[in-house]
Amino acid sequence: MATQYQQDDDSVVVIIGSGAGGGTLGNELAQKGIDVVILEAGSRIEFEDFINDEWDAFAQLSWLDNRTTGGGWRITKDFPNLPAWIVKAVGGTTIHWAGASLRFHEHEFKALTTYGKIDGANLLDWPITLADLEPYYAKAEDKMGVTRTNDIAGLPGNNNFKVFKAGADKLGYKECHTGRMAINSAERDGRNACQQTGFCFQGCKWGAKWSTLYTEIPKGEETGKLEVRPNSHVVKIEHDVSGKVTGVVYADKDGNLHEQKARVVCVAGNSIESPRLLLNSASTMFPDGLANSSGQVGKNYMRHTTGSVYGVFEKPVHMYRGTTMAGIITDEARHDPSRGFAGGYELETLSLGLPFMAAFLDPGGWGRTFASAMDSYDHMAGMWIVGEDMPQEQNAIKLHAELKDQYGMPIPDVWFTDHANDEAMRNHAYKQGMALYEAVGATRTFPTPPYPSTHNLGTNRMSEKAEDGVVNKWGQTHDIKNLFVSDGSQFTTGAAVNPTLTIVALAIRQADYIAQEMAAGNI
Amino acid sequence: MTTVYQQPGLSRRELLKRGAIGAALIIAGRAVISPDRAWGLEATSLKPDTVATLIRMARDTYPHDRLPDRFYAIAIKGHDTKSAEDEAYKALIEDGVADLDKRAGSVGYRGLGWEEERVAILRDIQDSKFFQTVRGDLVVSLYNQKEVWPFFGYEGEAFSKGGYIERGFDDIEWL
Repeated sequence: MATQYQQDDDSVVVIIGSGAGGGTLGNELAQKGIDVVILEAGSRIEFEDFINDEWDAFAQLSWLDNRTTGGGWRITKDFPNLPAWIVKAVGGTTIHWAGASLRFHEHEFKALTTYGKIDGANLLDWPITLADLEPYYAKAEDKMGVTRTNDIAGLPGNNNFKVFKAGADKLGYKECHTGRMAINSAERDGRNACQQTGFCFQGCKWGAKWSTLYTEIPKGEETGKLEVRPNSHVVKIEHDVSGKVTGVVYADKDGNLHEQKARVVCVAGNSIESPRLLLNSASTMFPDGLANSSGQVGKNYMRHTTGSVYGVFEKPVHMYRGTTMAGIITDEARHDPSRGFAGGYELETLSLGLPFMAAFLDPGGWGRTFASAMDSYDHMAGMWIVGEDMPQEQNAIKLHAELKDQYGMPIPDVWFTDHANDEAMRNHAYKQGMALYEAVGATRTFPTPPYPSTHNLGTNRMSEKAEDGVVNKWGQTHDIKNLFVSDGSQFTTGAAVNPTLTIVALAIRQADYIAQEMAAGNI
Repeated sequence: MTTVYQQPGLSRRELLKRGAIGAALIIAGRAVISPDRAWGLEATSLKPDTVATLIRMARDTYPHDRLPDRFYAIAIKGHDTKSAEDEAYKALIEDGVADLDKRAGSVGYRGLGWEEERVAILRDIQDSKFFQTVRGDLVVSLYNQKEVWPFFGYEGEAFSKGGYIERGFDDIEWL
């Protein structure tokens, strides 16, 4: 039986959320002997219980609490109440993620310096550099078992990868391989090797893909210093007259409210819920929400410039067989303004099962154009675009003026509009992706619009100066020294890489800092 | 739950008397019956004619020529079930189908011989609540039927079979 802490125990570090940020931070702190309570809004579902079925798994795992959307993105029309495709369960979105584990490029920590000022973009340099994060990237790669690091072999290429690689060669791309994946190519750290099952997004039933659910969390629990409390949805963070946070109020599975006292609070609820919680915690002392003296809480919402390209071939591909995202081309990740945009993008293999292909290929589409595309399902290959998008102040998580959740708290309203740079990048990537498949003989290609966001970033951003952002280079809020942000909402800019490895590296680094500051009596 | 049952025998004479045209669905009492009498679907709250039109509309929306009608029948059955519990919903569906028939003129929607003629009507109403309700339901209720997946070459659940590591994850030969 794992340790249980008393609700009035004000010596614990409370972490809100158990995904890449919260789950990792919880284990790291517990390993140092610090008492931790992780409050997770979702339930605990072990990997044996994951379902190889897209809609059933979606219902089992997804964050489906009511949300609204606004702005110019197509999501407002096609999926108005589903801005994000993320998980509400112990392990968070590390259950759903694809496993792609890439380091930022050096220039991506210095977006403002590298790209210069861009109209309409709220660009800023990170207060840290690649050199600051490199030792933590190394620890994260080892912890997660990332292929092509630490002498771990790459995954074998599946059919979808082989088509992708053949096209990459035809286009003259030089950097194409089966990726740096936190998916075991051989047994490691008590976890199975990948069995090429193809349901990475539905939760890996083999446990071959790294998820905090069956790595960080049980390891932390083994120390006797970590309690994970599922079905505990935090609605408010409390503070005292000195402005320090003192605990959190959360609803249990029956909707009853409890208060958990805390010495330190770390918010890791993903880039929609984390700023929402800070805004919903407004008080007389902090009328604009906690840690919001800059006015940047909830702002600069980023989701990566994404999109997919599917190609139809004369002969079968069966793209859905095997690891979903074990394939990458990094040639376009460079910053090269001659292409007509700042920043870069990666191309990565991707497939959807038939039910989700129907939902996402061309949302709202129907008729023979659509149906004939579906008829070619087993002859399709697919790729995903993941590029750096511009932080914009009006792209934001706001509190809904009228709608409340089941606990009486305003729901999040997610606003997003592409920047012209995002559109130029996506169009370039569509063109390259279609050319790649045509080079291998595709008879038809589809530039598919972005899905609901899985990479939600930037809404509590890191900044050197307190007036520019929400947290400092340790993820500690500028305004309240015992309040931290520990998820992707810290990102100052998004870079052209999948964010999980960086979230994990930041969490390991943050654990060192929290332990040091607690030991020094500063927090 | 959807009940698709083997149709009790109707004589050829009875079928002709009931006015089956070409590959049209047959209405007999509360039942909608396939022309080859392979299956029938009982309408519990919607008019049987409405159910038959929904089946035609479903195929026109997502036309897969190799997919038998029974999958479209299963896909639209939920509208009948929901209409039994919700009068407003029933009105939405009945009124929507009546509107299709009105737009089609004297022969009614199912009486229009060419898909293009029927699709032209659907294009005119594609932003309506009726069409969006039917299409939005259909994109899940059709493509999420495990029985249709083989028609598209999708193999579904793979864990119990050990994944594809020994079953062709990298078997492509034409590159």
